Amino acid sequence: MSPMTAQIAEKVEAAPRRRSIGEVVLTVDDLQTVFYTRAGMVRAVDRVSFALKAGETLAIVGESGCGKSITALSLLRLIPDPPGRIVGGKVVLEGTDLLSLSEPAMRKVRGNRVSMIFQEPMTSLNPVLTVGRQISQALMMHQGMSKAAAMERAVEMLRLVKVPEPAQRVKEYPHQLSGGMRQRVMIAMALSCNPRVLIADEPTTALDVTIQAQILDLILELQNQLGTAVILITHDLGVVAETAQRVIVMYAGRKVEEATVEELFARPLHPYTRGLMASIPRLGLMRNQTVETGRLQEIPGMVPPLFDLPAGCAYAPRCALADDRCRAEYPPFEEKRDAHWAACWHAGE
Amino acid sequence: MASYLVKRLLLMLLTLFGMSVLIFVMLRLVPGNIADIVFEAAGMIDDADKAQIEAELGLDQPIIVQYLQWIGGLVQGDLGFSYVSEKPTIEEIGPRIPITAKLALMALIFSIVLGLPLGVISAVRQNTKLDYALRVISLSGLSLPSFWLALLILMFCVQYFGTIPIYTRPPDTLWDELLLYSIPAAAVGFRSSALIMRLTRSSMLEVLRQDYIRTARAMGASNTSVNYYHALKNAVLPVTTIIGIEAAFLIGGLIVTETVFNIPGVARFLVEAILWRDYPIVQNLVMFIALVVVVVNFLVDLLYVVLDPRIKYAD
Amino acid sequence: MTTVDHSAELARAGANVTGWASRTLFLANRYPLGAFGAVIVILFVFAAIFADVITPVDPTSTNPAKSLMAPGGQALMGADFMGRDMYSRVVHGARISLAVGLGSTALGCLIGVIIGLASGYLLGWFDLLVQRVIDIMQALPLLVMALVMAASLGPSLENTIIAISIPLIPNVARVIRSNTLAIRELPYVEAARAQGMSEVRIAVFHVLPNTLAPLIVLATAQLGAAILTEASLSFLGLGIPEPHPSWGRMLSESAAEYVRTAPWLVIFPGLAISLVVFGTNLLGDAVRDLLDPRQRS
Repeated sequence: MSPMTAQIAEKVEAAPRRRSIGEVVLTVDDLQTVFYTRAGMVRAVDRVSFALKAGETLAIVGESGCGKSITALSLLRLIPDPPGRIVGGKVVLEGTDLLSLSEPAMRKVRGNRVSMIFQEPMTSLNPVLTVGRQISQALMMHQGMSKAAAMERAVEMLRLVKVPEPAQRVKEYPHQLSGGMRQRVMIAMALSCNPRVLIADEPTTALDVTIQAQILDLILELQNQLGTAVILITHDLGVVAETAQRVIVMYAGRKVEEATVEELFARPLHPYTRGLMASIPRLGLMRNQTVETGRLQEIPGMVPPLFDLPAGCAYAPRCALADDRCRAEYPPFEEKRDAHWAACWHAGE
Repeated sequence: MASYLVKRLLLMLLTLFGMSVLIFVMLRLVPGNIADIVFEAAGMIDDADKAQIEAELGLDQPIIVQYLQWIGGLVQGDLGFSYVSEKPTIEEIGPRIPITAKLALMALIFSIVLGLPLGVISAVRQNTKLDYALRVISLSGLSLPSFWLALLILMFCVQYFGTIPIYTRPPDTLWDELLLYSIPAAAVGFRSSALIMRLTRSSMLEVLRQDYIRTARAMGASNTSVNYYHALKNAVLPVTTIIGIEAAFLIGGLIVTETVFNIPGVARFLVEAILWRDYPIVQNLVMFIALVVVVVNFLVDLLYVVLDPRIKYAD
Repeated sequence: MTTVDHSAELARAGANVTGWASRTLFLANRYPLGAFGAVIVILFVFAAIFADVITPVDPTSTNPAKSLMAPGGQALMGADFMGRDMYSRVVHGARISLAVGLGSTALGCLIGVIIGLASGYLLGWFDLLVQRVIDIMQALPLLVMALVMAASLGPSLENTIIAISIPLIPNVARVIRSNTLAIRELPYVEAARAQGMSEVRIAVFHVLPNTLAPLIVLATAQLGAAILTEASLSFLGLGIPEPHPSWGRMLSESAAEYVRTAPWLVIFPGLAISLVVFGTNLLGDAVRDLLDPRQRS
């Protein structure tokens, strides 16, 4: 563990929290994932580090293409190779470096000790297998359960995620369920082996607004019950404010800011974070930022293509504060305030 | 579902009826009938004799009457008589069907057993040397005429075993039969297996990109389980839909292969009947082939309902 | 249907490709198997065009002295029973094979396009009738249909082309029809209609050009099938009559007996069929990848 990661872990412990948070279960240290494309090598995840404790929710925020989903897939070593490859860093789960495990050993981790739920409940379930089959697969694989026992447990899991008539539902196929129900099934599947870490990649993005809140509540409730650590990947700062204890903001494959939720929303340091907040209706109004103008602000420009990053700060081309130093030199990721890190030459200005 | 089935069956009947008209008209597009051919061959040009034969065969009647006679008989199970052998058509066609059916079944099994796993391997190893090799093999399978492949096999047998494995007499035992039909079945099936392989490959590639495959991996499924359980179960769906096309493929291949291997099946018999302008045989055989294709397509649709839980035919 | 924007990809890759020569080179680099197929097809087209120039002997002239001569200095690919030079016959066979293949594909596509366009455009009873007829025609295997057609039309080059083109129609008509149905609902077609453009003009100027890509894909795929069908028909004695040198018939003449005694009579014509079909198939795959990215392999 690098000194910085240890420091983060320490500070997190000191940070205010809403629920009982336990030992560190997962540390990610200097993770680097690259993709080899026709246009050249792309650093999709560039030296990302963080620590995660039992029962904690860590949000990773950013626009699409910022590397947050690739970070999540890298933790499970699900990066398609080729074209992608994890080229450096450590992912330590309770003392074991997942990146050094053999593939069969890694398989015993996936779905068992670290699980993942995906954005698209419509397409993330196998259309030709019953819901029960899909949930029981992991139980049979990881817990050595018999088919009958696994099916029984699948019914229990569906009951746990509040799917009505679970005994009937296990026999049904995904297309017979609504989007919200399918995401519940995904959650039941992911939690069936009682994992230490649950990675939720935009779990509510594809759902109706009313269903979104239900699903988030469900994840939090189960997290409390089971003591699972959750990594929540989202572009929605509203979701972050409601669910997470700590937040990492990513831009162009790098961490640009990290703080507790309270701290981040009270005093965002990175201009990008502030831009994100200003572009979200609820938060903007909450912070009284855009009331005078009466309109939402958007961040000008687009995320630069990863194969063509500028020399200095990747955000500089879109940043109002950018000067020559920003364009020439990448700012270090430093603790600017107590338990609040940012990578910006003009942090807080 | 029930009314869907009824609708489908009615549509099948309509297709077969249309086929009967089509084939009847097609066969009579051009002047010239059996009487002409027999007379030409025998060198006789006696109009009275010819007229008598035509009357015997019913060829002197208007085409609509001829058609109605044929269809009327067909509905009652009377297929008429062969012009050439003058035996009932059913006696000519009947005994040849099992031979071709066995050959077709063996070819189909061969093509699936070879094509499906190779297609999966090719997709899983996309863009490796193995994939390229398998793709070239499957493409050559689609390019080689089955009769040439059959001739090459004969040549190979002459060279290395000193015998020609063509049909000389009916096989005695089941083993004999298997042995006798296995080579022609492979010659026909190779082409079909190439088709299955290509389709399985592209269908697998499509499926492997799907989100639920990522889910399966994220839940810890092994490569074997992902490829052959989670993915293949989805990837075979489009493959089953071409079994109908496959049946047509096989019939085409059987026609030439039975000819090369001298096998007395219905497929070769069709060519003989066409060459002899033996209308009753040709008409009824073509109807039989159409029936097989239509029924196979119908069964494939039903199979699809069984395999894909998403498909429910609305009433 | 969108096509792969090669220019954009080129620009991104920093390449500067202008002119048809470098473009061809770029595509060949991109689709090496397709380029290989194209080379094969071009070679056969070349052989067909210059058959008289590149062969030393008339393919129909017999020479008892050369009967069943093995391949060698006097006859590159040997000679058949009648002493006809196999090399000449195989090269001239390319003419027949390509003429029938291209002719029947073009004819089948032409009729198929007209029927498909009309069917997808007029709808109503005409469409219903066309669809039923297509259903009926598709209940017969290509070869069976072509056999019956060839037999009833009688053996000649033209009739063989017609016999093979007819079973190709349903497929083309179906694809064009479904494309027409999709395109006629597109916003810009609606816009043209709103501006008062006549339906015929819309069909010809908007719908037809947009069905071109699937048509090319289909036509290249059918070309191989047409060539194979001609070979099969001739092999069965119902295709191209004497004295035209057809690969399929060369094989039927030599078939079982010469398998033992004169394998060159079996090998060369069959190799020619397989090669040309292999070439069109490779080319067809590349064309499909190029024009129909949804089916990319």
